[in-house]
Amino acid sequence: MSGGAAALPVPATAAAKRRRRNYARHYAWFIVPAAAVVVAVILFPWAFTLYVSAFDWRLGGERRWVGLANYAALFSDARFGWAMLRTLLYTVLAVVFPLLFGLAAALAFHRRFPLRGLARAVFILPMMATPVAVALVWTMMFHPQLGVLNWLLTTAGLPPSMWVYSASTVIPTLVLVEVWHWTPLVMLLLLGGLAALPVDPYEAAKIDGATPWQAFRHVTLPLLMPFIVVALIIRTIDALKAFDTIYVITQGGPGSASETINIFLYLQAFAFYNMGYASAVVVVFFAIIMALAALLLWTRQRVRLT
Amino acid sequence: MRRAQRFLERLGFGCAVLVLVSPAVLVFLWMLSLSLKTELDNTAWPPVFVPAPPTLDNYREVFARNDFLLYAWNSVVVSVSATLLALAVGVPAGYGIAKMQAMRAAALILVARITPGLSYLIPLFLLFQWLELTGTLFPIVITHLVITVPIVVWVMISFFEGLPGELEEAALVDGATIWQAFRHVALPLARPGITVATILAFIFSWNNFVFAMVLAGRETRTLPVAVNNMLTFEQISWGPLSAAALLVTLPVLLLTLLAQKQIVAGLTAGGVKGA
Repeated sequence: MSGGAAALPVPATAAAKRRRRNYARHYAWFIVPAAAVVVAVILFPWAFTLYVSAFDWRLGGERRWVGLANYAALFSDARFGWAMLRTLLYTVLAVVFPLLFGLAAALAFHRRFPLRGLARAVFILPMMATPVAVALVWTMMFHPQLGVLNWLLTTAGLPPSMWVYSASTVIPTLVLVEVWHWTPLVMLLLLGGLAALPVDPYEAAKIDGATPWQAFRHVTLPLLMPFIVVALIIRTIDALKAFDTIYVITQGGPGSASETINIFLYLQAFAFYNMGYASAVVVVFFAIIMALAALLLWTRQRVRLT
Repeated sequence: MRRAQRFLERLGFGCAVLVLVSPAVLVFLWMLSLSLKTELDNTAWPPVFVPAPPTLDNYREVFARNDFLLYAWNSVVVSVSATLLALAVGVPAGYGIAKMQAMRAAALILVARITPGLSYLIPLFLLFQWLELTGTLFPIVITHLVITVPIVVWVMISFFEGLPGELEEAALVDGATIWQAFRHVALPLARPGITVATILAFIFSWNNFVFAMVLAGRETRTLPVAVNNMLTFEQISWGPLSAAALLVTLPVLLLTLLAQKQIVAGLTAGGVKGA
């Protein structure tokens, strides 16, 4: 995502330029098969979703053109509004904590120490593990009477929690799983950033007698900022996309206390078979994600300039 | 005095590393512990931590029922097919995009990366129903391409961009076609990149849940779907459930430990992750 088209070729002669352009056309053939797949499984679904969203389309039932009525209904649907708010809360929490912990972990793994490779491999296990399997174990740990987490709380002298079984604690609890799951990705992205930092500013800071905290605050943090923004972008998008663990652990419950946009979308499409309405949800959700991604990329550009 | 301070500093750092890795270690160890205990021990209060004596009954139970082997086979077929198909179209595409500097094509791949997998399901579900293909593994393999193709293309773009172009140019000057230059010069050099792409595509296809959950019938479930179904029907049967969950994720965990260098390289290249 960083790197990319940074390396510019040296100015070439006109003939070489023409030859390169000629080649470029031939290289297009390399992309054709993949392009066909992308059209079939990615672009076609987008276009078809847009089309379906203009119908009252029930699976196995009637299909009726309704124009923008699905969107109008969506914006006055209180359940959708609550789902948006929950998604917002979930996303903010599931971005902030992995970034903080991921930064701390990256700073630790940037130092040399014995068994660093093994420790790093163990640290990234959560993000590679099968989400469903992980979600099942967390479900068992959250059990209010028999779960190991409440045993830990009571042993430490704290009151037990209802975890995912109470409407007031379910979102923070699901965020806890998400933080456990995805902090390693933030760590990896920032570790890559730390490895790419120049050494000179640190030597200068040392000569000037900076304390480690000052060096971190005034040298590392500003230099690392572009990578932090990339991690922020990726984390925001992934938090918005979160589905597997929420679905497996709560299916949106208790009641609808953890019904995020994704769960709402899933229920509309594959529990109520409201294909038209669900498609409208997809379109709105897609627009939100794209707008957010554009905003974050714009931020990244500004960070890079300063 | 100075040495004592250094020692204390190291000790503190060691403890910090321990704190960092303990959430991961403890959750997986607890999973293992649950899978090796009897139902009585699993529901005991206070919890029993070390199984005494450990029992393999839960694993026996998993293999004895639930068509676990059929679902495991489905998972293997789906992930291997989706990975191989993605390599077949994605490696040349990565090469082409890197050579043409076609950043717009790369951006399209990125958009596929950021949209939720769920959003592809409605149209593909309707399509496969209309084609009467539901109930076979075919729709599941096709939808998994939504995950594997972007991963392969993305990893390969950054890999081919890092290769020096001189060798292929020499081959072209010697009269090779661009296909031959790709096949015999660039491709062998790209083997490490292909390894990274294969591992990541396989893992994220293996882990995927939502596509198979919607598209699979009784006979075509993949492992994550099968294991999730165990939860809904046997709420409190923790031993077999943990055993099944551990079996599902064990191949991925081993692969991560064995190939952590490649995985770290691939993920750092662009924060690739499945849909």
